[in-house]
This record gives sequence, C-alpha cells and structure tokens, in this order.
Amino acid sequence: MDLDALTGCLASSACLVTQTTSGFIIGMLLFLVAVGLTLIFGVLKVVNFSHGAFYMFGAYFAMTAYQFTGSFALAMLCGAVGTALLGLVFERVFMSRVYGRDVLMQLLVCYAFVLIFDDVVRMIWGPEFKSMGMPAAFQVMPLFIAGGVVPPYYLLLIGVALTMALILGLGLARTKIGKVIRAAAHNPGMVSALGINTGLIYGGVFALGGMLAGLAGALAAPVRSLTPGMGFSVLIESFIVTVIGGMGSILGALIGALLIGMIRSFGSLGFPLFTEGLMYLFMVIVLVARPTGLFGKEVA
Amino acid sequence: MTRTRKPGVSRRATLAMMGAGAVTFATPWVARAQAKTIKIGMPTILSGRVAQLGTSSRNGVMLEVEKVNAAGGLAGRQIEMVIRDSKGQPQEAARVARELVNTDGCELLFDGEASSGSFAVHEVARDLGVLCIHTCSEASSLTADPKQHIPNAFRSVRQGIHDSIVGGSYAAAISKAKGLKKWATCSPDYAYGRDTTGEFTLYLKRFAPDVEIISESWPKLFQPDYTEVVTKILQAKPQALYSCLWGGDLTSYIDQANIYAMFSAMEVFAVNMADYTALTVVKNLPKGIHSGNRYIKTYPATAENAAWGDAYKAKYNEYPTNWSWQNATAVMLLSEAVKKANSTDGKKIADALRGLTIKCPFGADGTVTMRAEDQTLVGYAIGWGTTIPQEPYVPEVKAGDWKTIFELEAEWKKSKGYT
Repeated sequence: MDLDALTGCLASSACLVTQTTSGFIIGMLLFLVAVGLTLIFGVLKVVNFSHGAFYMFGAYFAMTAYQFTGSFALAMLCGAVGTALLGLVFERVFMSRVYGRDVLMQLLVCYAFVLIFDDVVRMIWGPEFKSMGMPAAFQVMPLFIAGGVVPPYYLLLIGVALTMALILGLGLARTKIGKVIRAAAHNPGMVSALGINTGLIYGGVFALGGMLAGLAGALAAPVRSLTPGMGFSVLIESFIVTVIGGMGSILGALIGALLIGMIRSFGSLGFPLFTEGLMYLFMVIVLVARPTGLFGKEVA
Repeated sequence: MTRTRKPGVSRRATLAMMGAGAVTFATPWVARAQAKTIKIGMPTILSGRVAQLGTSSRNGVMLEVEKVNAAGGLAGRQIEMVIRDSKGQPQEAARVARELVNTDGCELLFDGEASSGSFAVHEVARDLGVLCIHTCSEASSLTADPKQHIPNAFRSVRQGIHDSIVGGSYAAAISKAKGLKKWATCSPDYAYGRDTTGEFTLYLKRFAPDVEIISESWPKLFQPDYTEVVTKILQAKPQALYSCLWGGDLTSYIDQANIYAMFSAMEVFAVNMADYTALTVVKNLPKGIHSGNRYIKTYPATAENAAWGDAYKAKYNEYPTNWSWQNATAVMLLSEAVKKANSTDGKKIADALRGLTIKCPFGADGTVTMRAEDQTLVGYAIGWGTTIPQEPYVPEVKAGDWKTIFELEAEWKKSKGYT
C-alpha cells in the first residue's frame, strides 16, 4: 500500500490528468465490450460467454484490413462490420436454437464456440502473437494538458466510445426501433403477436452487440498484441462491469466501466499489489449493497 | 525300375531346413530392425497464448534430428520424435511425459516446457529414471538447487542467474556513464518475473551501489492493457526502467508506452527484447532499447551461427527463437554423448553428457559445455546490446564474461544455501 503516492497524485494536476485519462481509456474500451454483453442479455436473456471472441475477431479483421489497405478508418469499419455479420450468422444459425433452453446448455454452446473461434483464428492467422502497429497519423508526441500526458490516439478512442454510448442511449430511448427492442426485451410474445419479426430483432441485437465488441477490438488493435484467446481476459472484466452496473443496463455498463477504469488507474498508485483485488472487492461491495447492480432492475 | 530312397537327408528336407533356418535367423534381425528406431518423447506447449514456445522448440529439434538421422542416427538408430501438447498446464505436462515413456515406449525425454511445467516433468523423470533434457526452462533453481538434482536430468538452456549477472553489470556500466540513479522496474507477476527482476537489481546495485529503485510494477501475466502501469512509471519519473516482460506482453507494453513517448523519457532495459519473436512483431520499435541476446543470428558473430539461423528460416519461413537454439543444442549434445558412449542406454548417455564439451554455433567461443556439477549448460553466447528497428536489430553486443559469471554464480549459490 502506498497512500503517499495516491494522495500526492490527487494533489498534483499533472498526475490527476494523466491518471484520469488512463482510467477513461481502460474504462471506455471495457464499456464497448460490456455494453454489447449487457444488451444481448437484456433482450435475448442469454449470457453470451463467447462475447470475447467478437472482440478478438474485431482486432484481427482490423489488422488484416489495415495490412491490405493501409487505411485506419477502413480497418475500424472492417472490424465493426465484420463482427456484426459474424454475430448475425452466429445468432441465426446457433444461438437461436438454444433460447429458452436450460442455462447450462446455453453456456455449453457459448463455451464450445469460444474454443472453436480461437482455433479458427489460429488456423487463419497462426498461433503466434501479432501487432497491427500505430497508424502514422497517431505516431506523434503526446499532448500535455495541465502538465498531464495524454496521447492523441487515446482521445480518439475515448471520443468514439462516448459517441457510441450516446447513439445507443438515444437510439434505444427515442427511436421506433429502440422502442421495439425494449418491448421485445420486456415481452417478446406480445411483440411477435403484433406482427413484428422477433427473430430479426434478436439477430439485429446480437449483431449490434458483436459489432460493439468488434469495434473495441479494432480500436485496441494498434496498442495491444493480438493472439488467439485474447478475448478471454477482456470478457472477465466485462462481466465485472455488467455485474457492477446491472445486467441489461447501458448506463450501468458505462458507469461500471468508468469505475473499473478509475480503480485500476488510481489503484495502481495507491495499492500497487492489490489493484486486481480492489476491483473484485468493489464488485462484492456493490453486490452486497445492491444485488441487482447499480442500475439493474429487480426481476418481477 | 524302382527308386530306392537313399539314407541320409534328402534334398527336399535340406531345402526345408535351410528355409526354416533362414526364417529363424531372420526373425530377430527383423525385430532388431524395428528396435533400431529410438523414440524421444517431448511434452511442450503447442496451443494457447505461448504456443510459439512449443512450435519453435519443435522446429529447433526437428532441424537437428533430420541432420542426425541423415548421418546414420544415434548409434545406428534413427530418431523418432514423439511431440505432444501440454497446453501449458503443469499437470498435463507431467501426464503427457509419463504416457510418452510408459505407453509410447520413448526411451528419452526432451522437456520443452516453460518453468512451471518443467518442475512437473522433472518429477516424472525422477520417478521413472528416464534420461531427460530440459530444453526451455530458465529458472535457475531447476539445476542450482541440490534438492532438485537427479543424475538423469540435464538442462541445455540459458539460466536466469547468468542473464542477471551479465545484465546487471552491463546496466551498471551504463548507469555510471550516464548518471542513471533512479530506476523503476516493470515485470510480470509470477515466479520468473519476480526472480529475474530481483536477481537483476541485486547485481545492478552490486556494480552500481548508488542506484535506487523508486518504483515497482507487477502487471499480471498476459495482461491486455498496461496503461495504468505506463502512467504510474511516468509519474515516478525514473531515469531508467528494467523489464522482463516477454513475447506478446512485451510488444503490447512497447506499443502502449510508445504513444506516451516513454522511450524518450528514460533508458529502457528489456532483457527479452532481442528475440525475433518480439523484434519482428513490433511495428514501431523504438531505437535504443537495451536487451540481452535471446537469439539473433548475428550474435555470436560467426558464420556457423548465421548459417544455422538462415537454414532455420529457409525451412520454417520464420526466424528462430531463443527456445529454438536451446532445443537444437539438446539434440547436438545428445548426438555427441551417444557417440562418446557408443550406446543409447540412458545411464551411459548421462555419464557421457556430464562435463561434455561440444562444438556449437551458439557457444561464446564456438563450444558449449554441459557442466558436470549441476548438469546445466554453460559457455553459451551471452551479452547485451541496444536495438535498432531493422536488421540486424542489435548491431553490437557487449559479451558477458564467463569467468565473472562463474565467480558470481558460485557466490549466489552459496548465499542461497545451494552449496
């Protein structure tokens, strides 16, 4: 425990800016993965254990597109669209067969695909780790804000994730499709009786969830090494985020992800040997105080 | 005219007897021909995040096994490698090792495991008494600790303590020259990371006593994001950083530290940087990272080493890794030991291996030795240098001095109660 370092940091604007941005970076990438997870659970009532694989595919798709085109924007697009299509096919062909089945069966199918997807990546891209490399446009000196260090690429990353959060929040609350999705989450039988194709909604939501995880993977690709199985560690932290924020809540995912980001960022200064533990401890406290998570709703 | 049968053995009976004799004598010959193959079992990691350890180890072994087989095999017996995936799990490595000996009939073992699995395979070798050569584990205690010692286990691998002595003395010289007194460390939070970092700082402080470690970071193994670690180090404002992160963790760390311009803010010493696995993967490799040599074909700067690196690349379409040369060395040592023993009996090979010096492309002076006292490899090329972003990646390597290594290693063993 190094409380002096923590209090020293809180008293210094440079440290405060650097660590807060660091918390945002960790949090926003986690949010993109976790929000897909929570969306799929909220509507489809399926805990998608294979969600980390979409993060992995997003990174690999982006890297491949970047190698062929040299365009960072196209790489991001390929990462997002590729995983959306993969999500749609996966949901229609496999997941749709286990809706309403025993939760163990759902877990088994998802876990099987965690292994299958990892092997697919191994067969296509090889077992060794890869690196996409930072696009030339972002190979610049970091910005210095109030003495704190902020890399421009991370500003873009935070901006994209916040925009996605805004689009999702407004889209679900204000648009007709959003209302239908919310209705399908609440009472799919009634929505179906009204002549709305629930299969299409389920497929669409799964594709959207996959796309968000894929976008996170694509955004992470320039700064993280790519390996088969890379989605697993992100998945665990995403589950912590959704448990803290409340399963099914987008706002919960955002707040949960930011809290985890800040705990990691400031915890590494004050509790360098207990940063991971701090994260789990926080989750335990939230679960004891509010078993449904910070923004989760009681199931009737 | 009646035909009378002459007494004695008829021609037909003679032929039958000859035929039967031929079969009788030929049968053991056929059996011997089957036993002419000698099976060597090898548990290693062929799947998961560090599958590269297993695949490049396998490649290193096979490159040399083909040469040995082409030259007539081990005492006339062709080598058949039986290589199995342990998935990086110690219990699986032990199970596979046992199965290779008991079920597959392997007469020798190459242990291609990382340190955690190696100790498990070591216990199998202890139990079964089979000759075992550890080909990947760098954990010093595997051979330094007398409790681990068994007469049938050897190691054809570099050792953490050797790297730390050479790295500590190299870093201390630079520290003194550049006035680097404030140091930070950032290494993976498991036995290898903690031990190697502890040993490095021990020798750094020994050679440069005014060095102070002002910040330590212990990210977990395979951690995807190092942002909080990078910013923590930046806050501490050290003049130099030591890290023994490796593989994908090291490349992630470099990519993430790069955008914070960390490499222009401090001198970085990353012992595992100078390996093609990392050097060729990082797209924006900063200039001037100090690293120990893992495997590069330009060090030792000999025609034999360069030729070996090129032959490997020609066959597998990628450069060798640190594990490749260590596994190749195991085959070279085995081959020479069998020649010396003129037998493939495990005990006789073990006797021949003890103290054996062979010509080797990876030797500091063109030879390596299997030291008799602790049955581990010494005399291999070991040194540190600074990286550049293109080939030859480490243009100049400052060689470690084996005399100093031996002296300090002996001291270290004494301090640990090993001698």
